[in-house]
Amino acid sequence: MKKLIINYTMALCLAVIPALALAIEGKLTIVTSYPPDTTNTFKKFFEAKYPGIQVEMLKKKTTAGIKYLQETAANNTSDMFWASAPDAFEVLKGDNLLQKYEVKVSGIPEKVGAFPIHDPDGYYKGFAASGYGIMWNTRYLKAKKLPVPARWADLAKPVYHGHVGMSAPSRSGTTHLTVETLLQGEGWENGWALWKAIAGNFKTVTERSFGVPDGVNSGQFGLGVVIDFFGLSSQASGFPVEFLYPPITTLVPANIAIVKGAPNRAAAAAFIEFLLSVEGQEVLLDPKIRRLPVNPDTYAKAPADFPNPFKDKTLGAAVKFDLMLSKDRYNVINSMFDVMITYRLDELRAATKAIQSAEAKLVGKSNAEAQKLIQEARSLVNALPITEAKAGEKGFNAIFKKKRKKATTKVTGRQADVEQEWDSQVKANYAKAEKLAGQAASML
Amino acid sequence: MRSLSRLQIGPASVALLLGAFLFVFLIIPVAKVIFVAFQDPNTGALTLINFSDFFRTSLFQESFVNSLYVAAMSVVFASVIALPLAYFTTRFNFSGTLLIQTLGVTPLIMPPFVGAVAMLLLFGENGSINLLFDEWFGFTIPFMEGLNGVIMVESIHYFPFILINLSAALNNIDRSMEESAQNLGANGIRLFRRIVFPLAMPGYVAGASLVFLKVFDDLGTPLLLNVNKMLAPQAYLRITSIGISDPMGYVISVILVVFSLLSLWTSFLALRGKDYATLQKGGGGLMKRDLKPLEKAGCYAVVILILLMVLSPHFGLAILSFGTVWSYSVLPDAYTFQHYLQMFSTSTQLISNTLIYAGLAALIDVVLGTAIAYLVWRTNLFGRKWLDFVAMGAVAVPGVVLGIGYLRTFHEFNVPIIDKPLATWWVIIVVALAIRRLPYALRACVAAMQQISIALEEAAENLGANKRRTVFRIVVPLMSGGIVAGFITSFATASVELSATLMLVSTESDAPLAYGIYEFMQSASGRGPGAALGIVAVVIVGAATYASHRFIKSKNVEFTT
Repeated sequence: MKKLIINYTMALCLAVIPALALAIEGKLTIVTSYPPDTTNTFKKFFEAKYPGIQVEMLKKKTTAGIKYLQETAANNTSDMFWASAPDAFEVLKGDNLLQKYEVKVSGIPEKVGAFPIHDPDGYYKGFAASGYGIMWNTRYLKAKKLPVPARWADLAKPVYHGHVGMSAPSRSGTTHLTVETLLQGEGWENGWALWKAIAGNFKTVTERSFGVPDGVNSGQFGLGVVIDFFGLSSQASGFPVEFLYPPITTLVPANIAIVKGAPNRAAAAAFIEFLLSVEGQEVLLDPKIRRLPVNPDTYAKAPADFPNPFKDKTLGAAVKFDLMLSKDRYNVINSMFDVMITYRLDELRAATKAIQSAEAKLVGKSNAEAQKLIQEARSLVNALPITEAKAGEKGFNAIFKKKRKKATTKVTGRQADVEQEWDSQVKANYAKAEKLAGQAASML
Repeated sequence: MRSLSRLQIGPASVALLLGAFLFVFLIIPVAKVIFVAFQDPNTGALTLINFSDFFRTSLFQESFVNSLYVAAMSVVFASVIALPLAYFTTRFNFSGTLLIQTLGVTPLIMPPFVGAVAMLLLFGENGSINLLFDEWFGFTIPFMEGLNGVIMVESIHYFPFILINLSAALNNIDRSMEESAQNLGANGIRLFRRIVFPLAMPGYVAGASLVFLKVFDDLGTPLLLNVNKMLAPQAYLRITSIGISDPMGYVISVILVVFSLLSLWTSFLALRGKDYATLQKGGGGLMKRDLKPLEKAGCYAVVILILLMVLSPHFGLAILSFGTVWSYSVLPDAYTFQHYLQMFSTSTQLISNTLIYAGLAALIDVVLGTAIAYLVWRTNLFGRKWLDFVAMGAVAVPGVVLGIGYLRTFHEFNVPIIDKPLATWWVIIVVALAIRRLPYALRACVAAMQQISIALEEAAENLGANKRRTVFRIVVPLMSGGIVAGFITSFATASVELSATLMLVSTESDAPLAYGIYEFMQSASGRGPGAALGIVAVVIVGAATYASHRFIKSKNVEFTT
């Protein structure tokens, strides 16, 4: 703590000197999804450096922020958009709502983990990195006598049944990247099988990504799939929780961009430069903000156990993340997850429970028939409505897209239609799997 | 009826003004958004195919059934909670009536995002109660699991609608009716069942239909409890997903509006053909009688038990606001004032904004509500019922839809003089709140209007008063109980509304309380300060409610003396 205060004072002193030379003025309006701990701290340091600028942080959750910028585009009053998920920026970029900008600060590498830090097209800039991991409540684990997990696959173990929470990929861009990372790391079929096995242990699928750390903090469920700063900042706020990066994770930059037609572009540019400067990057180490800086030099000032993705090559580099693949099937993955997991959680949980108890009964016995039934039940749960090739097809993806389709893409079918077809398959499969597993259990 | 409706020019112009207001601020913005529901997703042509998709999708069918079930069960539980409170406090000489009535309204002012957090901490699977149960008896009760949780939170949250409207109606009943019944030998339960309750029916139906509609359309509670297989959350999840714009979200919004109007119409039918008006006014409602000591103890026990239950979210919130770390334990680890200090240093403007916005919105609501009630029940203007229907339709419009609609409609319209887009001017937040809460005020005003006998107005006109004078000197004063009830409900609920505001706040200095709470609740360290701000909201709105109750009391005294 003391060290941080010294850091702050230093940053403040440094901040005052160049301010005399720079005379950018006016109001800077930033639409952001970040909590006050982050926004207020940056606002304070930035305004100290540029006394002529008043920063206005307009807090909206990411989805509301996108809608706000889309709806107000004709008469835009916002200067910047500042949020985590790269896909939110992709949506804005696609709608032609962002302004290109060339960063002047040097010393930022091209990539963090396997992900490019800045948008290759030049529209949005990464200022911090975050990775997904597992967070757990130590009191909860102790009271329920649960072991500490180490890998994603651990969450699929029967002991965790009903103890895990996660957000849906359609609700949170970073959750989406976690789902996609596992699919790319484990392969399409195995990846989905693993997700379903983990989801079978879910207590709940939360509507907001913050719902997961909130649930773990208060002890509503014991373990959660969360982005690192949620876990680490909860810990810093005193909650009895811990966080771990599993071997397969991906580091994703959190971003900022200038809005097209920004009223105060000079101030917006100054804010980006400040965020990426040494002083701005150091603010990220604050325990209440706790994000991984993208400037490797900043880590020299970090606490001893602070993860450093530029040194620790296991972090976020295990999977070669294919950005294009992810982008091509973005909406299909969201829809599949919702149809198979979010909206059929009760059915999936029941089937998983039945399989888990049948397997527990099978231990130490040999009953070929029962084993076959369990196998069959598993493959029913794991069955997917479409193949990987189909999920990546352009025409098929267009069904799920927002924009009216281009005349060149041939689209047949409607999202509701497709989802209903998947849903009836999935529901029947889960019900049958539960029945088969029950039969197997009764033989043992 | 006839005798009152000769001069229609005044009412007609008022009706036109009201119609224009609703058209500009409700119909156009909503139509601009839900238009998508009628478009073919691939070609953009007009079609009804999305609606046939809705009815063929089993997920939506299940959601529809769940929503219906939850709404109906919530009405049942809310009635069970509200009836004793309303009856005891209006029927008997009961010390603490005012306090009970005020406390009875406080559940409505539970700000979003914090209510469910507090309830989960107390009643969740690993909440205080269940941790204790587990320790003492070795079992837990799933209060908050799935639909149970939604019903529990909703009925505790919305029962004040019944309480307020029913109490207002009971206070309006002509005492002589009750006396005649007693003279004819009716007593106790029979008196209540055959005379008192039927006479108070308009108030009960007004409250119960609001509870039904609100629960049916409510989004916040199921979302916070992560129950997504209901209609409103399905609509919301589909409208707000990043990058996907599934027309089904808008289809569900249309279905919600239509179904809400349908259930409203049913409640009209239920009351139709019955005359609830009584002649004598200002007699102070039911005769109040003293309770025998044993009865009194019983009544108090029931009242205290109910209050304990309905105020539990507030207790939870209070503990949360003073607690340091509260995690998987019966109570927090330690207590502190730190959260309040942190909150006060940043949030005073939020409080004043909220009072201004909610106060103005509620004022607009009661003025519009009274006017519409009068037009509907006292004139035979063409299409007057439509005013009522359209205004009530607002209850079913999801806040997000209204918010997006306002941005879409008013962003390119610059307000003269201040030269800012209307959509980013704080006044638009007031209008949005007024539209969203108009149905509450309207139902209260209509119920009050139905209880006034037309003979009183005819008498005034026979004595030479013109229409204007009759309305202002006879009708409005007689409706004052209902109007204040409407003001309180609108004010209290507007002050904690979030979904439309979240879209419309365009500068931080314009933000209301709920926005501040939401902001705090987005980070692990903000839970305490967020809860503290929630408590402040409850206290302020509670105080305002208490003040308006005092106001009615003093008015009532004026009328009787």
